[in-house]
Amino acid sequence: MTTAPAKAGWRFRQPSVIPGFGLTLGFSLAYLTLIILIPLSGLIWRSAALGWTDFWAIVTDRRTINALEISFGTAFIAAAVNVVFGTIVAWVLVRYSFPGRRIADAMVDLPFALPTAVAGIALTTLYAPNGWIGSLLTPLGIKVAYTPLGIVIALVFIGLPFVVRTVQPIMEEIDKEVEEVAATLGANRFQIISRVLLPGLAPAIVTGFALAFARGVGEYGSVIFIAGNLPFKSEIAPLLIVIRLEEYNYAAATAIAAIMLALSFVMLLVINLVQTWSRKRYG
Amino acid sequence: MADPEIKSYAPHHESQSPAVTESRTARTVLMIVTFAFLGIFLLLPLIIVFKEAFAKGIEAYTQALSEPDTRSAIRLTLLVAAISVPLNVTFGISAAWAIAKFEFKGKAFLTTLIDLPFSVSPVISGLVYVLLFGAQGLLGAWLKAHGIVILFAVPGIVLATVFVTFPFVARELIPLMQEQGNGDEEAALSLGANGWQAFWYVTLPNVKWGLLYGVLLCNARAMGEFGAVSVVSGHIRGLTNTMPLHVEILYNEYNAAAAFAVASLLAGLALVTLVLKTLLEMRYGAEIAATRGH
Amino acid sequence: MEVRVANVRKEFERFPALRDVSLDIKSGELIALLGPSGSGKTTLLRLIAGLERPTRGKIFFGEEDASQKSIQERNVGFVFQHYALFRHMTVADNIGFGLKVRHGPSRPSAKEIRRRASELLNLVQLSGLEKRYPAQLSGGQRQRVALARAMAIEPAVLLLDEPFGALDAQVRRELRRWLRDIHDATGHTTVFVTHDQEEALELADRVVVMSQGRIEQVGTADEIYDTPNSPFVYGFIGESSSLPVKVEDGQVWIADRPIGLSAPHAPQGEATLFFRPHDVDLVEECNGCIAGTVAASRRVAGTRRVELEIGGERQRVEIELPVDHPAAQKTRVAFRPRRWKLFPAA
Repeated sequence: MTTAPAKAGWRFRQPSVIPGFGLTLGFSLAYLTLIILIPLSGLIWRSAALGWTDFWAIVTDRRTINALEISFGTAFIAAAVNVVFGTIVAWVLVRYSFPGRRIADAMVDLPFALPTAVAGIALTTLYAPNGWIGSLLTPLGIKVAYTPLGIVIALVFIGLPFVVRTVQPIMEEIDKEVEEVAATLGANRFQIISRVLLPGLAPAIVTGFALAFARGVGEYGSVIFIAGNLPFKSEIAPLLIVIRLEEYNYAAATAIAAIMLALSFVMLLVINLVQTWSRKRYG
Repeated sequence: MADPEIKSYAPHHESQSPAVTESRTARTVLMIVTFAFLGIFLLLPLIIVFKEAFAKGIEAYTQALSEPDTRSAIRLTLLVAAISVPLNVTFGISAAWAIAKFEFKGKAFLTTLIDLPFSVSPVISGLVYVLLFGAQGLLGAWLKAHGIVILFAVPGIVLATVFVTFPFVARELIPLMQEQGNGDEEAALSLGANGWQAFWYVTLPNVKWGLLYGVLLCNARAMGEFGAVSVVSGHIRGLTNTMPLHVEILYNEYNAAAAFAVASLLAGLALVTLVLKTLLEMRYGAEIAATRGH
Repeated sequence: MEVRVANVRKEFERFPALRDVSLDIKSGELIALLGPSGSGKTTLLRLIAGLERPTRGKIFFGEEDASQKSIQERNVGFVFQHYALFRHMTVADNIGFGLKVRHGPSRPSAKEIRRRASELLNLVQLSGLEKRYPAQLSGGQRQRVALARAMAIEPAVLLLDEPFGALDAQVRRELRRWLRDIHDATGHTTVFVTHDQEEALELADRVVVMSQGRIEQVGTADEIYDTPNSPFVYGFIGESSSLPVKVEDGQVWIADRPIGLSAPHAPQGEATLFFRPHDVDLVEECNGCIAGTVAASRRVAGTRRVELEIGGERQRVEIELPVDHPAAQKTRVAFRPRRWKLFPAA
């Protein structure tokens, strides 16, 4: 008779002397299910109940398509703007020392901390035709408030910290020796930045872009004040959801929400893929 | 073996090695771009809030804030934060314990699920509760029959707030506790402590600054949330209006001074949050780990 | 390419890391900069590379004053202790980088660059790893890639900072021999920094011993070991014992007794006597010798090391005895250094 060797087969959890696994995991799962999973599956269930024809009709409605285009278009432009300026801001914060650097660094998080409604009315006041910035732009024929350009401005504000905070830690990790060795090999400063530093930062920049973009697509509070909300011109998708809800058109609200949700999951997937890929390759 | 001699270069680098800095002109240009960008996009909005709030003088400012509707909005915002933050703290600690202290199947997936609310539009976060509890919602009829009111009332606002602030504490604690490992807890258990004692005397002190950091961010978002709350609140003045919603109502009524007065309180909250956050990062940087932002 | 360092001084925020250093390196030589931490050896290497600018003094490559040239123009191959490989480039792209960033006609074609990279990989015995990323290599392999990358630009001088510092002992010894072979095959003027004397003595044509920002001695392994020219070098290279002594009438004295060593040219007065623990003759009858009682004894491989307490001052010195020597605790042992050197007391 032999005693069975410890089974190396499937095991839900590695043994541990630490107590509390059942309690904490149980509570966490229950809470997660109640707060997040059930409500979200409710949304999916409702949109599935719509049936393909209805769903398609709502999604291909001119106004819906326009709203989605505006949301995704402005979010894309704003994220692109943030990639350029956010990378510069991060570089200056990491590499240069100047009085007030600490304060500038802390300021970058303002969009995380400032309620979006407050940002919305502040930006609107600034960019309105009689506002501080608006009054400078109006003579040049540039209208910002109540146009898609205003949406871009709000989304640049919202998205900035995503890019800076994703790129910054990677920049801090850059080994100065890598730059030095590139210089000994004959590369000038421009070549060092474009061929050595930026490619190394690329995964972080892409991630920052995706985060800013995803946030921009869903943003509501800071945008609705400055956008003017003209259907077909400056109406964003989240606002259209709210409008449909107020019309008790649950079906339309649900369908638009489902599309947006699906697209943001795709973004999430992209972010994860980029990170896994770069971790695998560059260690 | 790292020769300490090499380390001694670090502080001097800035001023010299020509290989690793831009020319003076390039530096100046980049600095100007940074200051202009941060100034226009971050500083100006902040200044305009306080400028507009006091546009009609201090008296108008205090009067705006002592309006009964404003006061009830402040009270509601505090109430909602006082309920949702502790809930998410409890969840955050519990989830971090399960995820950081144990190895189990599906752990990575669970971690991803916790971050989910960050990638959902706030409007959708509100919408899901309307679909669940609204008159036409899945549970709507049942709730009505039993006289339970969730939507367009405080419970709905709390739920929406909990949803959007769900990940803050957990995502702060998980990497921190993972980094710290199980050694301290195992030592405590070997000395005869039970699980609660190990948590209370060992784990909690180890993560307290990280926890505070998470609470800070969670609270800022809870008090400032607009989109999700807007969808579930019903905008009943004096009853279901939080401060951000009240800002919107006042602004849409062309009462800009009052709107900015309330907004200035929220901006003040944001500034306090930023200052505390920066102080925490400066003093306890290592103890709140490298997870920043959001 | 000859390299001449002329009266170079380097300060970091007023702190002198190098004080008036001069050094001539012959073309094709393999030179080791050896010294403890903080001796200035890495600073000297970085100055030669152009990664730092001297506070004073000049550095010549051949007849040319290299101090006037930017780091890009100097054409040095620098290998960092931790290699500083470009993580997002393949091994082949890393090696080809220096050629790819050239301008105009001096830049080889893409095909030529690829050919050079494979050739160099062959030289460093890593053929076939062209497509790998640095993260997929072992420490020793990374070291070789870093060296190949530095050699790809046909450098005037090859500079290596603690080239084996980050490797474990086994790989270290292998690579040491391999570096010597590569050097002999390519003939690059090479300077490397190390704090490991065994590495320096075994590998280099000449060793530069540095301490506190100064060059203490330059010489071949034999010269450095057999005729150290300062107490520091005597103490830093190999093992040594020292005793405070006095010079009088051309004789060396400990306390009131001559120890049988004559030093007719040494200046009168206080001095320190240096000798190697293994380089002593045991004597039976002590008239003119150093004698002491055994304070501690330990077995080291094929020999026995004893610590002797000498004279009333109870100065301790270490000498080596045959394993079968009957010396035990408290035994009296007398000896005379075979080779020794006196330095005036500081």
